[in-house]
Amino acid sequence: MNKEMPLTGAQSVAHAMRQINPDVVAAFPITPQTDIMMNFAKFHSDGKVDTELVRVESEHSAMSCCVGASAAGARAMTATASAGLALMWEILGVASGSRLPIAMAVVNRALSSPINIHCDHSDSMGCRDHGWIQIYNETNQEAYESVFLAVKLAEKVMLPCMICLDGFITSHGVQNVTLHDDKQMKGFVRDYEPKKWLLNTDDPHTVGPLELQDYYFETQKQRADAMIQAKEEYLKIGKELARITGNEYPLFEEYQMDDAEAVVIVMNSTAGNTKAVIDKMRKDGKKVGLLKPRLFRPFPYKEIAEALKHKKYTAVLDRSESYGANAPLYAEIKSALYEADSKPKLKSYIFGLGGRNILEPDIEKVYDELLSGKFDHLETGYIGLRGE
Amino acid sequence: MNYKQLVNKPQKLAPGHRSCAGCGFPPIVRTVLASTDSPIVASCATGCLEVTTTIYPFTSWKIPFIHSAFENSAATISGVEAAYKALKRSGKIPKDKEIKFVAFGGDGGTFDIGLQSLSGALERGHDFVYVLYDNEAYMNTGIQRSSGTPMGASTTTAPAGKVHQGKEEWKKDMAKIAVAHNIPYVAQASVHNPIDLSMKAEKAFSTKGPAFLIVFQPCQTGWKYPMEKTMEIAKLAVESKFWPLYEVENGKYKLNYKPSKNVPIEEYLKPQGRYKHLFRPDNKQIIEKIQQHVNEEWEKLVNLCRD
Ligand SMILES: Cc1ncc(C[n+]2csc(CCOP(=O)(O)OP(=O)(O)O)c2C)c(N)n1
Repeated sequence: MNKEMPLTGAQSVAHAMRQINPDVVAAFPITPQTDIMMNFAKFHSDGKVDTELVRVESEHSAMSCCVGASAAGARAMTATASAGLALMWEILGVASGSRLPIAMAVVNRALSSPINIHCDHSDSMGCRDHGWIQIYNETNQEAYESVFLAVKLAEKVMLPCMICLDGFITSHGVQNVTLHDDKQMKGFVRDYEPKKWLLNTDDPHTVGPLELQDYYFETQKQRADAMIQAKEEYLKIGKELARITGNEYPLFEEYQMDDAEAVVIVMNSTAGNTKAVIDKMRKDGKKVGLLKPRLFRPFPYKEIAEALKHKKYTAVLDRSESYGANAPLYAEIKSALYEADSKPKLKSYIFGLGGRNILEPDIEKVYDELLSGKFDHLETGYIGLRGE
Repeated sequence: MNYKQLVNKPQKLAPGHRSCAGCGFPPIVRTVLASTDSPIVASCATGCLEVTTTIYPFTSWKIPFIHSAFENSAATISGVEAAYKALKRSGKIPKDKEIKFVAFGGDGGTFDIGLQSLSGALERGHDFVYVLYDNEAYMNTGIQRSSGTPMGASTTTAPAGKVHQGKEEWKKDMAKIAVAHNIPYVAQASVHNPIDLSMKAEKAFSTKGPAFLIVFQPCQTGWKYPMEKTMEIAKLAVESKFWPLYEVENGKYKLNYKPSKNVPIEEYLKPQGRYKHLFRPDNKQIIEKIQQHVNEEWEKLVNLCRD
């Protein structure tokens, strides 16, 4: 039975994990992820799941434990943020290189230094080239449903997948969430049935060998191919999930895009504020729209270029820096547009680092700037930065 | 197990791996793996053992094997063992099927970078055996000092020179660190005594919960002695009381071997190139210091075993 209830993003993700009932979950606290594991641990203590819950001594071991469990033949999950994700970095590559379908919620938080517990995307962007599928989520409902999509997608293409949601804003903000029927969701993810698994001791195999010049390159090409394949599979599995949830899982969401002249591209919770700004500006007859990427890895270059082809002005809002280079999302959009015959004038904005608020008037200002056509597209804009 | 039984056990580590001639760890791994008849899954830290036995597309491991990284052999096997419990519960593994778990690591991967993950796994009480093959340096990257390198040994990052005479700190006492976790079984063994090693491995595998074995493994490349002398050097380490064979069962210490005659430490140090500089007349006092340290540690151990 479906149930609508007010939940934080962290509670929503924990409920998804409860319904999936993974074989092994590794847990280590870090703000603002901790609430996911505390909620899940309560489900565990109350016998609502029979997961093997391993309370490891670090995130490095959390990912190592997931690697061992997944290779052993178990469905393995964990969650982290910021420094925790950074500490896992080496083992993230082991997970994807060993083709292990681990699912992990990442509650986006700024990286040190200085230490800061609030939202930006520097953590997940910092590991974007590490062979993990990345799904970004605007709402608690999206975060909840993406967990199911992630598990199934990961197991289909044999690559790990992270489900990204904004620290505090999504993880701790309460929204009404529709929890879908337990049985139905269990039926959707089904059991994990790996082809090769360590605990199948009658068919021994070696995981994580030394590969030198003669093989390593080919292995990497296979990983790259699997990542490309993940795009189609994401859409297919999304369609299947839509039959249960009634929601859609596009590569990116388009909001008021049909006749839009000025487009903002932004991921996660800020897309919600942007929609409110669009509703307001549309009433004044302004042709504004939003493109919200959901699948960031693999990145849907072709489809995004197609969606932006006839737009006049586009701004990309990044919630992370890439010091001395183009901001991560901006760089992808720019490269998506390179081959297009017709393309919008494009500008990069950085916003919200370390949890700095972004308000509706800030976004309205971006649209106004775009619509005026008078902006320096080569200069990076900083939204809400003091001293400007 | 006697020698005959031991050598007649099925080989779980195939020949043809690429470790150096005279390397100590192949017999260690074979003896340990032969000491249980249950199916067994192994994890291994990055290091000589891993890189010489798993060069793709070949593998020497006839049992399920996983290598993840340098510092997480114990955390990785934690995950495998957790999966075993979960899959048994869900019925994917038959209730009556017993699988054993072993994690291997070198001294660097255990004393140093992997200490946290090992400590975590021991504290959580996973049912596995950790085997540390102790060759007293980072051999895979070219004989750099580890905290398992003994005082006085020359390594590539603590070389003997005009001012410094090799490693200047004592070897970390890894067994005591393991014992401090209050785990059911800890033991020190040596490659030259496979019967003792196999007895300890058998005990470790039949222990419920974590068990920890440190096995002394001379390395001809790093220690600089002729390759056929590995067993001899290991034996000298034990006879000179540099490497006592003992076990700690549920906190109770037991000495497994008492050398019958006094072998001075020089006899153990002399054949090894890594100690060559100690035999210069001006370094005489270092050997004396080592001898004194060995005597004191032995006394402490004998007292612990008496209690
Ligand atoms: C995080 C990390 N740091 C450094 C290395 C390089 N490295 C690989 S093996 C090794 C030394 C291994 O030494 P030890 O654990 O003593 O095992 P041995 O090679 O002697 O068998 C080092 C430093 C690595 N693989 N990973």
